[in-house]
Amino acid sequence: MATRRKGQTLFFAGPPTILATAAVVGPREGAGPLAGWFDVVKPDRLLGQKSWELAESKMAEEAVDVALAKAGLQRREIDVLLAGDLLNQIIASSFVARSLDIPYVGLYGACSTMAEAVALGAVLVDGGYADRVCALSSSHHDTAERQYRYPVEFGSQRPPTAQWTATAAGAAVVGPPGAGRVGITHATLGRVVDWGRKDPFDMGSAMAPAAADTIAAHFRDTGRSPEDYDLVVTGDLAAVGHPLTHDLLKERGLDLEGRFVDCGRMLYDETQDAHAGASGCGCSAAVFCGYLMRNLVEGRFKRVLLVATGALHSPTSTQQGETIPCVAHAIAVEGGS
Amino acid sequence: MSAATALTPVAILWAFVVGGLFCVAAQLVVDLGRLNPAYVMVLFVVLGAVASGLGLYEPLIARAGAGASIPLPAFGHALVQGMLKGAAQSGFTGLLGGGLAATATALTAAILMGLLMAVVTRPKG
Repeated sequence: MATRRKGQTLFFAGPPTILATAAVVGPREGAGPLAGWFDVVKPDRLLGQKSWELAESKMAEEAVDVALAKAGLQRREIDVLLAGDLLNQIIASSFVARSLDIPYVGLYGACSTMAEAVALGAVLVDGGYADRVCALSSSHHDTAERQYRYPVEFGSQRPPTAQWTATAAGAAVVGPPGAGRVGITHATLGRVVDWGRKDPFDMGSAMAPAAADTIAAHFRDTGRSPEDYDLVVTGDLAAVGHPLTHDLLKERGLDLEGRFVDCGRMLYDETQDAHAGASGCGCSAAVFCGYLMRNLVEGRFKRVLLVATGALHSPTSTQQGETIPCVAHAIAVEGGS
Repeated sequence: MSAATALTPVAILWAFVVGGLFCVAAQLVVDLGRLNPAYVMVLFVVLGAVASGLGLYEPLIARAGAGASIPLPAFGHALVQGMLKGAAQSGFTGLLGGGLAATATALTAAILMGLLMAVVTRPKG
């Protein structure tokens, strides 16, 4: 029997495939450099709802429906929904699940949730426990800022290291081998790494060691080298954490020069006043489900390693002065399956 | 709170410079100390109270007018002056109540404005 796991990395022989993805984003994200790659751009951040939280759920639900429509599937044809977000008790995802009427597994990996959900979806399909799984993740600028930092109307100053939580959602339908054009060949599950950072306005520095740890584990477990990938894409390290991760990997003898990018640095341009860049579950979810997947399907990228990064602190732990534990999960995807 | 300062160009310059220096100091606390706005608020109110107790704040207001009476330390100054006044009038109970009595206008205005804004807008953030 072929290797199914080595170290932290799962090997999918089949491999499970991604049938369709959808990215739904807010107006700021829709005005950024990746605007043309998203399925839906919302004209406002409230989406006609009475609260930002309901707006986030609405956006996530639409991502599911668009992904299902693209795959030609009905809601009841999905065996399991794997979803998570940043809100307390992951209400954005659970409120979506409330209206879907299918088995639901709520996940919390902070901003690493999209990769975590796709990885677990691949496990369920590869193990024969499900035929079609929907992986979903979302974030909303206003819900996250209010919960983790200050109410938006308070107008608190944001330091240059601060990142802008993306208003975005991504959904991916994972199915059996051969059903989709993009295969999930590996998943590297991250360890929790904490280098003692405490500043919730500098998540990039906190998450960089976790990202480097998972990337190094992936190359060690698979025996692959950076040249095997068109792109290694981190989730939301942004302008502070991404170069730091690059340096940490160089110290470990991994040179990703020319193929190492970050979703958080791609979502906004310099004129959008986002400081260090984008963050949030929706950041890597929308960039993966929009830009990366379309390029994989259309053959411009052959093989991509998505390394979604998450900071596992809570508002309570920050107030109590605790350091920020971080995690990164990676999925290797390739087109032409 | 203080004798009205004549609205001359020199008085305006003093207000601008002193008020501006308070803002510079607060910005340095935020940027260098990596402290959040709540710390800045408490720090400046306490500093104003201490300066007031030492008799330094009233002369500053006389010189800089609104440049010193509008920023946060003025609230600490008002608390201390109110407590001293209360203590002079009715002893220990005046010491306890004087601070709130002196700042009641500002506090009530803040609560009222908050209520009004909550009624006329739909705060969701």
